[in-house]
Amino acid sequence: MSKENFTFAVFSENKAGLLQRVVSGFTRRKINIESLTVSESEVPGIHRYTIVVEGLDEALVKKVCTALEKQVDVQKAFYYRESDIIYREIAMYKVRAESMKEGSPGLAIVDKHHARILSVEEGFTVIQKTGRREATQALFVELEPHGILEFVRSGRIAISRPMKQLKTYLDELALASTH
Amino acid sequence: MSTTSQQKTEANPTTTERITGSEAVVRCLIAEGVDLLFGYPGGAIMPVYDELYKYKDELHHVLVRHEQGATHAAQGYARASGRVGVAIATSGPGATNLITGVADAMIDSTPMVCITGQVPKDLLGSDAFQECDIIGVSIPVSKWGFQITEASEIPAVFAKAFYVAKSGRPGPVVIDITKNAQFGEFDFSYEPCTNISTYVPRPILKKEKLQEAADLINNAEKPYVLFGQGVILSEAEAELKALVEKAGIPSAWTIMGLSAMDTDHPLNVGMLGMHGNYGPNVMINQCDVMIAIGMRFDDRVTGNLSKFGKQAKVIHIEIDRSEIDKNVKTDVAIHGDAKEAMASLLPLIKEQQHESWLQEFRDCDQKEYEIVIKDECEPTDSTLTMGETIKKLNEVTGGNAIIVTDVGQHQMVACRYAEFRQSKSNITSGGLGTMGFGLPAAIGAKLGAPERDVICVVGDGGIQMTIEELGVILQTDVHVKILLLNNEFLGMVRQWQQLFFDKRYSATEMVNPNFQLIAKAYDIESNKVSERENLSDSLKKMIEHDGAYLLEVMVGKENNVFPMVPAGAAVADIRLE
Ligand SMILES: Cc1ncc(C[n+]2csc(CCOP(=O)(O)OP(=O)(O)O)c2C)c(N)n1
Repeated sequence: MSKENFTFAVFSENKAGLLQRVVSGFTRRKINIESLTVSESEVPGIHRYTIVVEGLDEALVKKVCTALEKQVDVQKAFYYRESDIIYREIAMYKVRAESMKEGSPGLAIVDKHHARILSVEEGFTVIQKTGRREATQALFVELEPHGILEFVRSGRIAISRPMKQLKTYLDELALASTH
Repeated sequence: MSTTSQQKTEANPTTTERITGSEAVVRCLIAEGVDLLFGYPGGAIMPVYDELYKYKDELHHVLVRHEQGATHAAQGYARASGRVGVAIATSGPGATNLITGVADAMIDSTPMVCITGQVPKDLLGSDAFQECDIIGVSIPVSKWGFQITEASEIPAVFAKAFYVAKSGRPGPVVIDITKNAQFGEFDFSYEPCTNISTYVPRPILKKEKLQEAADLINNAEKPYVLFGQGVILSEAEAELKALVEKAGIPSAWTIMGLSAMDTDHPLNVGMLGMHGNYGPNVMINQCDVMIAIGMRFDDRVTGNLSKFGKQAKVIHIEIDRSEIDKNVKTDVAIHGDAKEAMASLLPLIKEQQHESWLQEFRDCDQKEYEIVIKDECEPTDSTLTMGETIKKLNEVTGGNAIIVTDVGQHQMVACRYAEFRQSKSNITSGGLGTMGFGLPAAIGAKLGAPERDVICVVGDGGIQMTIEELGVILQTDVHVKILLLNNEFLGMVRQWQQLFFDKRYSATEMVNPNFQLIAKAYDIESNKVSERENLSDSLKKMIEHDGAYLLEVMVGKENNVFPMVPAGAAVADIRLE
């Protein structure tokens, strides 16, 4: 079976301790988590864990997913291939003020990559770029010779293509939970 | 001890009363119908122990000698009674000592609630005396866990804990209570939990799946049922019997499914697994439709997965979605409760018999008898065997006893040869294979089913892992019968060393204490036999004795358990010798 990257979307009421339980679903199988982002979802009180794993068989991913979903405090767990989602990461780059002077190669690079200047501070400038990993990485590679003082990239966030809404799943679940 | 039902709840849940957290703990347990718990006190749980003292007429506390013993006793209690077992311990080492039992209960789906004390909330994370993050430690091995830091959280958390432990696929829950929460006062009222919006303990059956399964079964020439503990946990013994009788299907049990059907039911073909029976293993690769019910295709059952029943269509009736397609790919998955599923399936099933197919199993039995069983159970040389001991035991108990085993050769032999005529009669550590499980689990089983004979079949190695629990027998006067099969070796490991490591007996020979003197020290009647002519009588004496008893049987030092599917081999490659 071929190895692929997968993105999990795990929904739960964000109870203390749940993060460890969710992570344990991966670590007990020695699966490395590439990135993990916790945020609110469109449903009040429900949090969304977006977890990216790389180079796995779908069969294993499916097992992890059903094992996650059976956790008492987890509402739903889904996994997606790259083609099933629209996804982004955000990256921030701190560079010296000089390298972003009018007419400097730095500015040209920022332009070329459709990045934007987020903040101009005393002595340094912060650049922001949203995109896929390859895009934020490409900017990093080009800026690097001009000196990057600090770099950070967020975990992936992703929107799924299927049209069925979380709310519908939750209604089904609530019905089943009283069976 | 009273036998109040687990369902009993407090008369009026809406009235409130101002009490402390520690009293609330006890009141919650009583509200859940608990009348017995196993534990060991210590600093961080002392307020609760103080309440246990006050409520001792309603809630009986059994003082174990090691917290691991409390968990196994709670497990034995749960499995013999069908109720939730409860264990309680202090923080730090008391709590970590529970972990083996929690892991065991998790893998063997045993409903258990473990309560631990914890340092006060203000000290959390400070490496305070006897502080251990037990919720963190237990997360990978528990069904659910929660740390209570305010008294007012107690009722809802306990209600949820009991609901989670016993519903769906049962399992262990850990509740950690900081000391300040035990001291804190609040307005107490108790309402049992009846559902959790994120949790589906009883999946809704899909009608079309039932029909698909029925079609496969009705058209099968060689259908084969494999059933596990799910049948016992969902109390589906009658439904299983009705189903297999109607369709005439040979049925094999996993080690955890033992006793869900009568041993001598004509359709019961025996045990699956590494040391299971010959027919049940080889027929995996002969059947055309495999119907797995409440079992999880453990690797000790399947051997090499790529050579496991590849020719068969697979129906899997299973309450835990994550078990479906985990190890064996199913053709028809029936995600749901075994009892409900089989009851719904029954009307769709045609009445049939599969005599010649069943005969194939019987032919295998004959072969197994000649090559394995005859020598094991009717030996001609002078040394006693485990097999003959268990066969003789059957004669004395009539197959009506609860058999609790430890882990090793004696476990496999007991599971192979013990007879059962009643469900919930086999209590063993199947998934985790925890040595030391037997003695405390037997104590718990006897307390959970006081009217039944409980026999702990244990090896000379395993008994020493939790031998301290003889103290419970002494103090609480629990009438368990201990059948110690002494081969002066860590027998199962020695067997592997003999077969796969050229007889290099690395660290498996035991220099044992005088078990008779140990029994005496605990005021337990005992006897030791090494001659065949005394075996039956001494077993009889053990059963008839009004009190606990230890019977030590000296068995062959280097006997092996066969048949055997070597680790990683195909079930078809089962070795008879
Ligand atoms: C806690 C624990 N430690 C180690 C083992 C590995 N183990 C499995 S069987 C066995 C030997 C058991 O010896 P004994 O209790 O004398 O029983 P016998 O096999 O001789 O019947 C051992 C060491 C285990 N299952 N559990």
